[in-house]
Amino acid sequence: MTVQTTAPARPTRTRGIEAARARQAIWLLLPTLIAIALVAGYPLYRTFYFSLFEANLTSPEQRTFLGLGNFWFTTEDGIALGFLQDPKWWGAVKNTLLFTVVSVFLETVFGMIIALVVNSAFKGRALLRTAMLVPWAIPTVVSAQMWAYLYNDSFGLIGRGILGGQAVLANTDTAIWALVAVDVWKTTSFMALLILAGLQSLPGDMYEAADMDGASKWTQFWKLTLPLLRPALLVALVFRSLDALRVFDVMSVMLGNVNAAATSMTGYARQALIDNQLLGLGSAVSVAVFLIIMVIVVMYVTAFRVKFD
Amino acid sequence: MKKAIAFISLTAAIVASSQASAVTITLACGAVGQELQLCREGAARWAKKTGNTVKIFESPNLTNDRLGLYQQQLAAKSSDIDVYQLDVVWPGLLSQHFVDLKGKVPTNEINAHFKGIIDANTVNGKLVALPWFTDAGLLYYRTDLLKKYGFSAAPKTWTEMALMAKKIQDGEQKTNKAFAGYVWQGKNYEGLTCDAMEWLVSFGGGTIVDAKGNITINNAQAAKALDTAASWVKSISPAGVTTYDEEAARGIFQAGNAAFMRNWPYAWALGQGADSKVKGKIGVAPLPSGGSRNAATLGGWQLGVSSYSKNQAAAIDLVRYLAGPAEQKIRAIEGAYNPTLQSLYKDKDVLAKNPFFGSLYNVFTSAVARPSGPTKSKYNQVSQAFSSAVSDVLSGKSKGQAAVTKLATDIARIKGRGW
Repeated sequence: MTVQTTAPARPTRTRGIEAARARQAIWLLLPTLIAIALVAGYPLYRTFYFSLFEANLTSPEQRTFLGLGNFWFTTEDGIALGFLQDPKWWGAVKNTLLFTVVSVFLETVFGMIIALVVNSAFKGRALLRTAMLVPWAIPTVVSAQMWAYLYNDSFGLIGRGILGGQAVLANTDTAIWALVAVDVWKTTSFMALLILAGLQSLPGDMYEAADMDGASKWTQFWKLTLPLLRPALLVALVFRSLDALRVFDVMSVMLGNVNAAATSMTGYARQALIDNQLLGLGSAVSVAVFLIIMVIVVMYVTAFRVKFD
Repeated sequence: MKKAIAFISLTAAIVASSQASAVTITLACGAVGQELQLCREGAARWAKKTGNTVKIFESPNLTNDRLGLYQQQLAAKSSDIDVYQLDVVWPGLLSQHFVDLKGKVPTNEINAHFKGIIDANTVNGKLVALPWFTDAGLLYYRTDLLKKYGFSAAPKTWTEMALMAKKIQDGEQKTNKAFAGYVWQGKNYEGLTCDAMEWLVSFGGGTIVDAKGNITINNAQAAKALDTAASWVKSISPAGVTTYDEEAARGIFQAGNAAFMRNWPYAWALGQGADSKVKGKIGVAPLPSGGSRNAATLGGWQLGVSSYSKNQAAAIDLVRYLAGPAEQKIRAIEGAYNPTLQSLYKDKDVLAKNPFFGSLYNVFTSAVARPSGPTKSKYNQVSQAFSSAVSDVLSGKSKGQAAVTKLATDIARIKGRGW
């Protein structure tokens, strides 16, 4: 993911060659488009489709049409069946948003600091750049289990050693901060890497000129680096926010699936779909997760005019 | 003579054909404690006897995770796994995916098992699986520590247990900071449902949903049971008990860091193993009473043959062998897995190795079933709602009465238009 600064050359050649090239391009793209339609489009379509039905995971052939009943439905007896009427769902939404905002904010701040350090010239820089990626390279399931052991209240380094036998993961209210810590530990380096790529594209002579003009390093950072880094930073922010919004594995491993359902939207969807076999309701939840993430991305992109080219 | 020759050649032909068609059966077994190893060995014995091959499919430890995985396999009508190990609460959920063993397994073989367990495996007249081993919650205690602190017998009531645990814990913590009075399964999962069912029933608080499908959880005794359990957390049980599953609790008890433990029978054999710090110091008793009765939740695992298996005959034969007396006896002796065959509770070798099987026979036969029968395919949702409510009480987020009132509403919501 690099940020290109030069625009591609405008077509000025004759139409015939261009048209032939365009045709060729379509043919070359066709396999990819078909593959995307098969592996992404079809499951997405099925999810939308099943969200309108009451269906069981073990026998999806038997289904009854519900319309939007999976989202909002109250029986004659006043029993609320739609997931939007379930306080647990809103708890999961709240926790996911909290997790996203806090962890992405911390990752951006720490990522920026690390990137600035690694960007300056010093001995062993290459080694450090590789080393900082280690937490990110460990599979999440493995690192989550590792942290779960660290947090264990009877033998964990943090749980017993630092906190003296407190069980942070036992309660979803305290667990969310433990999870933020794990996520920050793990993905700050990824953030740093994206910011570093942006930093390296900044022209060096600009800083020389700033030095000549007598601007302090502090002023240079706020007036030059940060504004110029904005496109790279925003792309990184969008990426991390998306990842954090659909967080699943850390929660599932460290809290167990039932508590994960109270802490993440995807955990809630998994529980409905897999544990409870409610194919319809689970699909409806997945659709909601999809829409929520889409709305947030659109907000990001329009508000900050992020360019992905 | 002619007949004899015909018979011999026919037998030879059958033997030859059965050898020629040696097949590979995939068996999904659990991996809690010694399960996997015993499963592997048992399957190997059958393979050697029949000339077939058995592949072992390792399943996740937590029963909820296992169910999720199995459901995906079954919903996809996958023939990858021929024989599944099923929890006693699953037959209602999964019955349509399994071969009806009635008629395929001789009646006398079926009747040799406890009737209650066969009933639990029968859905609408269809025998979904054969019982493999049964389970009931037990109270493990340290005989040496009870003696050291002047107690002569295992506690009869929860109050007594809490007092004993407190005294032992206070004494032991002077030298061992990590020592806990009582460890059990407090993590929010199916295991907590089992533990909490025991509290409920022992206090006379009913079984969440009764046999007719009525929601009975909203009562004062149930609330009292949950409040009592919550009072253990951070007093006689470590704060982290709400993150423990079976193996976490066993790890602490077996390391000599707990006076009492609630667990299934499998923990006995491991506790008596050579690497156990509490070897020879373990006593087993029925779980204490809350004033109503001693109650143990019925657990246990069964073996079912997938309808999508390509080698059903061989798979059924494997199930019959593994659930048969010879194999159940080996498992009882080596792993303290409770047989589902009445006859084995009188077997000398089994009793020599597991003395509590005989004395606690009533615990196993009177174990309380979770409401998987009346709640049918919605059992999992009910169980999750229940374990989450219990979890809230244990972590101090709510009080017993508020929790059971809210839970009754939640379960009504799950029931919706009916079970």
